[in-house]
Amino acid sequence: MSGGFKQRAAAALADPVLKTAVERTAGTAEAKRALAVAAFADFEAARTRAAAIKDHVVANLGHYLEQFEANAVAAGAQVHWAETADEACRIVVDICRRAGAKSVARSKSMLGEEIGLPHALAEAGIERVETDLAEHIIQLADERPSHIVWPAMHKTRDQVSALFRARHAEPHLEETIAAMAESARRHLRAAMLGADVGISGANFLIADSGAVCTVTNEGNAELSVVPPRVHIVTAGIEKLVPSMDHAVHMLRMLARSATGAALTQYTSFYTGPKRADDLDGPEEMHIVLVDNGRTKMRAEGLAEMLRCIRCGACMNHCVVFRQIGGHAYGGTYPGPMGAVLTPAFDGLAASRDLPNACTMNGKCQEVCPVKIPLPTLLRGWREKSWREGLEPAGTRGAVRLWAWGARHPGLYRLGSAVAVRAMRLFGRGWISSLPLAGGWTRHRDMPAPQGRTFMELYRRGKRA
Amino acid sequence: MSTRRQVALFVTCLVDAMRPRIGFAAIDVLEAAGCDVAVPQAQTCCGQPAFNSGDQADAATIARRTIEALEGFPFVVVPSGSCAGTIRVHYPELFADDPVWLPRAEALAARTWEILAFLDEVCGWRPENVALPTTATYHDSCSGLRELGVKAQPRRLLREVEGLSLKPLAGEETCCGFGGTFCVKYPAISNAIADEKAAAIEASGADLLLAGDLGCLMNMAGKLHRRGSPVRAMHTVEVLAGMGDGPAIGEEE
Repeated sequence: MSGGFKQRAAAALADPVLKTAVERTAGTAEAKRALAVAAFADFEAARTRAAAIKDHVVANLGHYLEQFEANAVAAGAQVHWAETADEACRIVVDICRRAGAKSVARSKSMLGEEIGLPHALAEAGIERVETDLAEHIIQLADERPSHIVWPAMHKTRDQVSALFRARHAEPHLEETIAAMAESARRHLRAAMLGADVGISGANFLIADSGAVCTVTNEGNAELSVVPPRVHIVTAGIEKLVPSMDHAVHMLRMLARSATGAALTQYTSFYTGPKRADDLDGPEEMHIVLVDNGRTKMRAEGLAEMLRCIRCGACMNHCVVFRQIGGHAYGGTYPGPMGAVLTPAFDGLAASRDLPNACTMNGKCQEVCPVKIPLPTLLRGWREKSWREGLEPAGTRGAVRLWAWGARHPGLYRLGSAVAVRAMRLFGRGWISSLPLAGGWTRHRDMPAPQGRTFMELYRRGKRA
Repeated sequence: MSTRRQVALFVTCLVDAMRPRIGFAAIDVLEAAGCDVAVPQAQTCCGQPAFNSGDQADAATIARRTIEALEGFPFVVVPSGSCAGTIRVHYPELFADDPVWLPRAEALAARTWEILAFLDEVCGWRPENVALPTTATYHDSCSGLRELGVKAQPRRLLREVEGLSLKPLAGEETCCGFGGTFCVKYPAISNAIADEKAAAIEASGADLLLAGDLGCLMNMAGKLHRRGSPVRAMHTVEVLAGMGDGPAIGEEE
């Protein structure tokens, strides 16, 4: 992932395999979500309620965090607080070391990606096995996820087959999806059952019970965290919901928005470690609650972003994401939600393209299950970028000149009258090349203006 | 006393410069729908290019000028969902913390209409004796659709045009890739989006593309022409005004 956003986007646009792969997965998700929403009694009311639940939690974060901690501790879990990504990684690595862990099984978690946990574990010399099938593919390929729900959406079946053949001890013998899945199952099951520590994220943290909820379609979270001696949860502090009722409402929104399914195949709640009469379960359960800029986001105009439940609907429906895929965004999180989050995590100077590379069409907001005003938040980053002088000089100059003209109607009339005449010097009907408008005419023709402005014709009582 | 509705036409900068026909078509249909139409001379652009570029100070200055220019009219009508959306939705946001200008911005927002919604909802107007024997397809421009709820209104109006057959457009609510300054800031991405839109328009089998926003229309028509497609494009009000037999976008008189 080198170069700037535009270079990465250009490379993605030039990759027909990527386009096919993204279109197949996101297109299916879009169609299935539409069916699920149509079959839901009143999805709009459900969205409003989901947004209200998250807003309430975010506004009362301290209260629910304390309640969650007290209940998790009462259930036998240990709760750790991490203000930064580094601190979170250190806490996880320390727990692994204390447990004498040589290997960890990790169930897909975008927060883990966000804080750089895979890298931290590698630095600490701890073997990490990603147990989500797509994350497993990504790990074998030594890449980063390109989507928050389907991390390997950019990979084709042939590429996956080649990876498995190269890296699995007993790879598939026939080129079928079932055989490939079986190959991954053989490989991963052994790793999960042999891991010393299981690490998961959390889709929801339930305050009034101290429970941690995960959803998967492969059951890999359960098999990653139940057999090992130690279960570590890494979770952003915004994952809280007040009660199980609220969690169930959010689960209904999450699955439908992500895949169009009514529910994921596996939905599990973990409350504390193994109890005395439990047949299995970890001896220790650690919950690492990570801020990593979230309270700052709440204070600095991005509170609505903390509603996000990571369903991926915004990117599945984004015309830009559908063209360039996830890697071009360059951050942990791609698509519209990523374009809001990445400047907060990586700094605006390094990521100012992301909030700008959006047509402001509003589709992401329309499909967001928690009604995040993504275009408004993206525009907020554009305003900050403008204020801080991060926008390119050419853009600033052009917009300011235009704005100056728009404030002076007399001069504006004169300027536009000259401009429409000048444009006609470059062609009648269709103009195929126009100075200062190369961004337009490189890819499409420009209709020549009629030759007089509306205001000229109107004031002379003429018709077009 | 006249019972005709007093309307100020906000022409929009693109229509003013690129396609005045749309402005005159707007005046015609508004008059036919029982309105007296004025064109306030102090208007220029709604300021959206500055607003969406993050240049809030300039956007607010332009918005104040626009508010002043359009005050005193019971209705302000705009032949663009995008520009109408800027005035209706975003002007109040711009002045959220300004006790002087917020009420003025909100008052203007409440009086401002996208033209197709205005003709349908406020005037209850339907075209009479307007004919255009052709097949057309309709693209829902994003701002009009999502900020103002413009969806059924243009179809209700176009249904009354004799001889006009509307063909469905796959992905009719999908952005065409214009996005204002987006199309020149990120031309390669914009092009990829526009290319898919053009392919969908061609696949509709229609001879004519209709929409309610000149920016989107120029983008789609320009892409169609570059692809060598015979599909023509014009603004919906041109058809409603009986000007559908005139030059389409990119055609000379």
